[in-house]
Amino acid sequence: MTWNVRVDPQLCQGSGMCAGTVPEVFALDGERARARADGTEPDERVLDAADICPALAITVHDGNTVIGPRRD
Amino acid sequence: MTTTDIAPLAYPFNTPDGLRLADAYERVRERSGLLRVQMPYGEPAWLVTRYADARLVLGDQRFSRAAAASHDEPRQSEGQRDSGILGMDPPDHTRLRSLVAKAFTVRQVEKLRPQVRELTAGLLDELESAGPPADLVDKFALPLPVAVICRMLGVPTEDRPRFRVWSDDALSTSSLTAEEFEASREELRCYMAGLIDQHRQSPQDDLMTALIEARDGGDRLSELELIDLCVGILVAGHETTASQIPNFVLTLLDHPDQLARLRAEPELVPKAVEELLRFVPLGSGAGQPRYATEDIEVGGTLVRAGSPVLVAVGAANRDALRFAAPGVLDIAREGNQHLGFGHGVHHCLGAPLARLELQEALSALITRLPELRLAGDVTWKSEMLVRGPRVMPVEW
Repeated sequence: MTWNVRVDPQLCQGSGMCAGTVPEVFALDGERARARADGTEPDERVLDAADICPALAITVHDGNTVIGPRRD
Repeated sequence: MTTTDIAPLAYPFNTPDGLRLADAYERVRERSGLLRVQMPYGEPAWLVTRYADARLVLGDQRFSRAAAASHDEPRQSEGQRDSGILGMDPPDHTRLRSLVAKAFTVRQVEKLRPQVRELTAGLLDELESAGPPADLVDKFALPLPVAVICRMLGVPTEDRPRFRVWSDDALSTSSLTAEEFEASREELRCYMAGLIDQHRQSPQDDLMTALIEARDGGDRLSELELIDLCVGILVAGHETTASQIPNFVLTLLDHPDQLARLRAEPELVPKAVEELLRFVPLGSGAGQPRYATEDIEVGGTLVRAGSPVLVAVGAANRDALRFAAPGVLDIAREGNQHLGFGHGVHHCLGAPLARLELQEALSALITRLPELRLAGDVTWKSEMLVRGPRVMPVEW
């Protein structure tokens, strides 16, 4: 099982929160963030990154289900 | 001779009475390598003044905030302070940040816009009916963010005179001894602990109640972390915005062409706010040093593991390698990825809220009081981490 991580370039404000939190998964290209690879191993920190993104630009997908950001 | 042999330069450079970026930054930014500086207390540090270097140090996990606790941290005041969430690295930092992040996302904060607009209009109604002159800080710039953060967090707005003193102390520099600072912080913690008790007994629809639930129901933070998080949100949630509102007004009054353009094209307000965030160096100097956890080259200097680095965001925001005509205030500037809110995991939690408040405050002021001008000398805050007027007499 792998997760898919997407960063919406229209929403991203380049705060650097995600790349600082999970540098293996997120990188900053110039001033916007991107996922380093299409798929990533399940990792709680990726959900954390989606939760704390101030722009809510990150979504985490498990198959067809959006699992991050979490709703609580 | 290596650069480390040169005696470090006394830091910070900026003076408290005004919003100038010290000329020294210009000279430092243009030479290669980093500069050795010495703050009033703590060990010497490297100073970063260029934009690319600033983003590297603030954004890279090899630079640690938590490590400062085990060093003689460079600082402006005598006592070495526990800076709470600002002194943490992931994953501890992520654990606390994720508890509060959702309340401050762009989408969540945007829902507050009608409330903020109404508050702004109400304050200007009072200002107008009392008539000029008025102190823009006391009657507008301070009550607006205080009302917003109090409502959000669950703190009674009428307690402002009490927590104002503690909040000033929390951000003061050398005016307090370590003992005085500790005493003031304990008073503020006690005050907050009292409010938390009240919220435990009768839960409300506010952020404090949500954090209590995360502690009591989920054991996701300690009681002291809960108290300090609420204290941090209250202090950071108003002091900076309350300073930037008058700072922005002063800066626009200093640039009449830009002010005239903003009045003619009020749709530029969001861009103007970004430009003012870039242009106005809020801090008296860099703080919150990052410690290298391994040897890393930054801007031509090899920073050894265990060395502290200070990032001067005000200087980085005027780096000509990143911003065209960096010393010019251009309220329509494009691609303005400034560092006014910092960068990396400690990027300002309240940035979306600050943007909203600054946009609404500026919009209302230029629309309702088109003749707004100074009506006397500004009294500046002194010995504070953030710069801004303490009193700003205006007429209209």
